[in-house]
Amino acid sequence: MQPAIAVRQLTKTYAEGSTGTLALRGIDLDVHAGEVLMLVGPSGSGKTTLLSIMGCILTATSGSVRLAGREVVGLREKDLPALRLQHIGFVFQGFNLFPTLTAGENVELMLDLKKASAASAKKRAQELLDQVGLGGKYQSFPADLSGGQKQRVAIARALAGDPGIILADEPTAALDSHTGRKVMEMMTELAHKRGRAVVIVTHDARVLTLADRIVKIEDGAITTAPEPEPFPPGLLAHNLPQAAVGLV
Amino acid sequence: MPPLAQRNLFHDKVRLTVTLTGIVFSVVLIVVQLGLFLGFTTATSNLIDHSGADLWITSKNVPYVEQGVAFSERKLNQVRTVPGVADAQKMIAHWTQWKRHDGGEDSVQIVGLNVDDNLERPWNLVEGRVEDLKSPDAIILDELYKQKLGVTRVGEVFEIGGHRARVVGFTRGIRSFTTSPYVFTTFKNAQNYTNLREDQTMFILVKVAPGANLEQVRHALLDHVKDVEVFTTGEFSHMTTFYWMFTTGAGVAVLIAAVLGLVVGFVVVAQTIYATTVDHLREFGTLKAMGAPNSYVYKVIMKQAAISAVIGYVLGMIVSVFVVRGSQAGGAAILMPLPMAVGMFFLTLLMCIGAALVSINKVTRLDPAMVFKG
Repeated sequence: MQPAIAVRQLTKTYAEGSTGTLALRGIDLDVHAGEVLMLVGPSGSGKTTLLSIMGCILTATSGSVRLAGREVVGLREKDLPALRLQHIGFVFQGFNLFPTLTAGENVELMLDLKKASAASAKKRAQELLDQVGLGGKYQSFPADLSGGQKQRVAIARALAGDPGIILADEPTAALDSHTGRKVMEMMTELAHKRGRAVVIVTHDARVLTLADRIVKIEDGAITTAPEPEPFPPGLLAHNLPQAAVGLV
Repeated sequence: MPPLAQRNLFHDKVRLTVTLTGIVFSVVLIVVQLGLFLGFTTATSNLIDHSGADLWITSKNVPYVEQGVAFSERKLNQVRTVPGVADAQKMIAHWTQWKRHDGGEDSVQIVGLNVDDNLERPWNLVEGRVEDLKSPDAIILDELYKQKLGVTRVGEVFEIGGHRARVVGFTRGIRSFTTSPYVFTTFKNAQNYTNLREDQTMFILVKVAPGANLEQVRHALLDHVKDVEVFTTGEFSHMTTFYWMFTTGAGVAVLIAAVLGLVVGFVVVAQTIYATTVDHLREFGTLKAMGAPNSYVYKVIMKQAAISAVIGYVLGMIVSVFVVRGSQAGGAAILMPLPMAVGMFFLTLLMCIGAALVSINKVTRLDPAMVFKG
């Protein structure tokens, strides 16, 4: 079966005046449907750049990125929004909910982008909020929700487009450990029970045990093997040395 | 579409108030200035437009109706012999001095006419009848100028140009563009009030026979009657209006003020919508990251502009109606015909949507990758 995301020899250079910064150096990576892949690495290592390119938000300098078998590198800027809408759901560190819309309306917005009718959008939005345990919060505004609830609304919104790929950038950074774990378990479910390919950029060592695979990036290159590595037996998340995954 | 535009707009009430204030100010200023312009143009050509005549005969080089030059009234007989002329009457329109009971003097414009004819009769009478002008020394003036001329009622006697004048009636709404009110009287009285000789007139008004070709009659008059100019009523009206509105600069000043109102409104709306857009930039970036095309984002911004336009227009027109009504009792009427009110709606919409283009430019260049920055 083809990977949900296939990255080959991906490079990204940020131009700065007459010079450039090489943010990604020849990345090769596959992400499969039903898999939770966590990208770890120190700040500035290129994790978010890689996530952005996978999400068709940033363009690559060279290399190949295939989403559901379709090459996206070299596509015109104006073709990328449609691709994102069709294939990708985003979950952001800061939730990025629309503060003037209710939880339900935030989810409806994605459905409106997919050209759902108002009635079906409302119905589907309610279903999705029910699925993330926030069925009773349809009319609540983000300001009235806790951090964990906001992130769950964001997950519902990401799912509203029925994407095959979920990309999350530090989804638990603004949450306490208990809430963060609950959110991550929800995201893991998206992969294991709903068959999505889930890629998570994280600094949070507490949630690494939920990963099917951990990929470490340093100075724009992958420094761990792309295949899943089992953790040493008996090692719990809170005992996992951060140095082992290069977070210090 | 979820109500993102409406919610963003009403979320910041202070900014919304500033936006609406700018639009209301703009609408009122434009309505007042354009209304004044319309009122002025109507007032400048009132006398000509209500004359009932098809053609105006004047001395040579008369640029507008207030600048008439006397010529021989014998030309009237020549005019009446021209084929196609159904009716022709002498008419005087000229300045003279009105003496108030307190001894002060004011300038007035005497309009002398043939009371037995239908040309250049005073209109909109609210007291008295046109036929009352047949009585000795009779005059009719507009009620708007009662206070200015010291008139309180019908029957009062005044002095005009050294001659006796008795008020026999009042009209309503006959404004003069200048500060000198129109005073209607018989042709004979007008000659006395303006010190014209008995054999002189200032204008000859012509009614063309039904079915006759206006231009042909006009050319025939020019061929038949020497040393005169012949204008259609439309032409003479336009010449008079053009003189007062543009040659004097009065109309230009009013139009400039109207344009200024538009510019002010544009700038205020552009600034507030831009500020709102910047405040919500992260949301627009999120929309783009979610896969919204630029057109979707533009729709949100345009909707905000359109809603602001509608609310601002309604509030602005409410204020404008009061201002227009209040002006009716004054010397300068502000007119607001329905087409102007409707046109104002579209202008307001255009102004607000145009102002939103500044914000459109901002979100077009927005990099959706900014949503990943914490």
